[in-house]
Amino acid sequence: MRAWKFGNNVNTDLITPGRYTITTDKAKLGKIAFIEHRPEFAKEVKTGDIVVAGKNFGCGSSREHAPVAIKAAGVNAVIAKSFARIFFRNAINIGLPLLICEETDRIDDGDLVEINFQTGEIHDKTKNIALKAKPLPKFIQKIVEKGGLVNFLRSEGYV
Amino acid sequence: MVLTITEKILANASHKNEVTPGDIVVADVDVVMAHDSTAPLAIEGLYEIGKKVFDPDKIVIIFDHFFPPPSVDAAKLHQKVRNFVTEQKIPNFFTDGVCHQILVEKFVSPGNVIVGADSHTCTEGALGAFSTGLGSTDIAGAMATGKCWFRIPESLKFNLSGLPGKSVYAKDIILNIIGQVGADGADYKAAEFTGDYVKNASVSSRLTLCNMAIEMGAKNGIIEADEKTRNFLGREGKTFKSDKDAVYEDEHEIEVDKIEPQVACPPTVDNVKPVTSVEGKKVDQACIGTCTNGRLEDIEIATKILKGKTIAKNVRLLIIPASTRIYLDAFSKGYLQEIIKSGGIICNPCCGPCVGRHEGVLAEGETCISTQNRNFSGRMGHPKAEIYLASPATVAASALAGEIVDPREYI
Repeated sequence: MRAWKFGNNVNTDLITPGRYTITTDKAKLGKIAFIEHRPEFAKEVKTGDIVVAGKNFGCGSSREHAPVAIKAAGVNAVIAKSFARIFFRNAINIGLPLLICEETDRIDDGDLVEINFQTGEIHDKTKNIALKAKPLPKFIQKIVEKGGLVNFLRSEGYV
Repeated sequence: MVLTITEKILANASHKNEVTPGDIVVADVDVVMAHDSTAPLAIEGLYEIGKKVFDPDKIVIIFDHFFPPPSVDAAKLHQKVRNFVTEQKIPNFFTDGVCHQILVEKFVSPGNVIVGADSHTCTEGALGAFSTGLGSTDIAGAMATGKCWFRIPESLKFNLSGLPGKSVYAKDIILNIIGQVGADGADYKAAEFTGDYVKNASVSSRLTLCNMAIEMGAKNGIIEADEKTRNFLGREGKTFKSDKDAVYEDEHEIEVDKIEPQVACPPTVDNVKPVTSVEGKKVDQACIGTCTNGRLEDIEIATKILKGKTIAKNVRLLIIPASTRIYLDAFSKGYLQEIIKSGGIICNPCCGPCVGRHEGVLAEGETCISTQNRNFSGRMGHPKAEIYLASPATVAASALAGEIVDPREYI
């Protein structure tokens, strides 16, 4: 699926500016993803597309509206060199898959990318190159496998 | 086993004798906070879990991000949260200040584990607690269970030594540090502030240091509690101290006496320069307040600069005390009256225009100098407005001049 390429330190104000997040309506949030930073994104993004970024993706506010908006826009996964801590937890908690990969510079905007979530292999079909994501710690992997924190808490008997 | 203060608090809260960075623990939490911007999603998460809050006394809900509501949508969200507070019989509901200031005044004790659905929850670590920001679903989980999972962070030590020069404050020091380490220089890590500067600093200044730990990516900012902390709080709590030989991933020596007044230039907090390099930049708005610098000490500094003078004609100067307690103290000391006479506007205690939702939104091409903690594009209004971050002294002096100036010439 198409890669949407972003740079380093993409903060939550660029993903979902605070002036647009006075709502919990996920469909509405999907339409405001990157609304000022990259206005064409929400209009052109297709279900299954991938966001690819540099380091420290999602820094700034704790607003969960940011990963919710990306997921609701149809994005299948975010691949970045590193993620800001709160964004990382939020995305995992709501079931938006994240992959940590040092080599995201090799993927360009518009490349066709396929991910094997089982193996962590990232295939850039446009360039015909294979990249590898760093595996997540086991505890976090379990939350991912359950599709988010709520199901994880249930399955582990916390609630 | 030798441990840092962060490791000790998390070990204690997860009922372990020792922990090592990288371990994942499930800790009991003492305070779970959400505000009007993040509580609505947390409430939806809790409803999905299908449980009541684990202990209504440990949940704190605060309206500060858009209070009083500036739109019908905002009022609707407030209504939803108010209904939740009533239904779950949560006694701790406040509308009289910024969430972190309210927690500091009423809830934090040394040794606590505090989680808040706001990234600047690292502020409360200045009182010897482990305090960190989380998103809404994590907060929903903590509201339901009273627990939260944490990866034990590596610790970074920032040893602050020396006496600050004229018109150099905690804000200048933390901006300088963030400029040195970068926006992700402390990502996932505990930022521990120590040294004789920290020991001598007021609680208010310590809160400013820890408040901005997140701007270098830190999981928490932390300062050991001392007599000053306990006197300020009027609560004992449990004091934890880092062992002498505790292991730090890195140690930074910060010579405070070498730091000049600083500004973080748009559009990132780590774009830090001495104020002298941006002198003369015209400003349209000046803000003194927020969880970073809205305390009595900050308003006092601003008053000293503004008293008996008039702000520049085309500048709007907004003063937003961080809580009603501070508002009343500043009023009874006569500070607010002096600021009003100088042309300033006093707003109700809340986050003010820091998130761009009300009380001083910026137009395209406008410039704001503010004591807040973020200057990202679009944060306070139009994406082509510019935000400079500085100390209350620099902001007050710039409001008088109508352009960014060196505060050393004004106080």
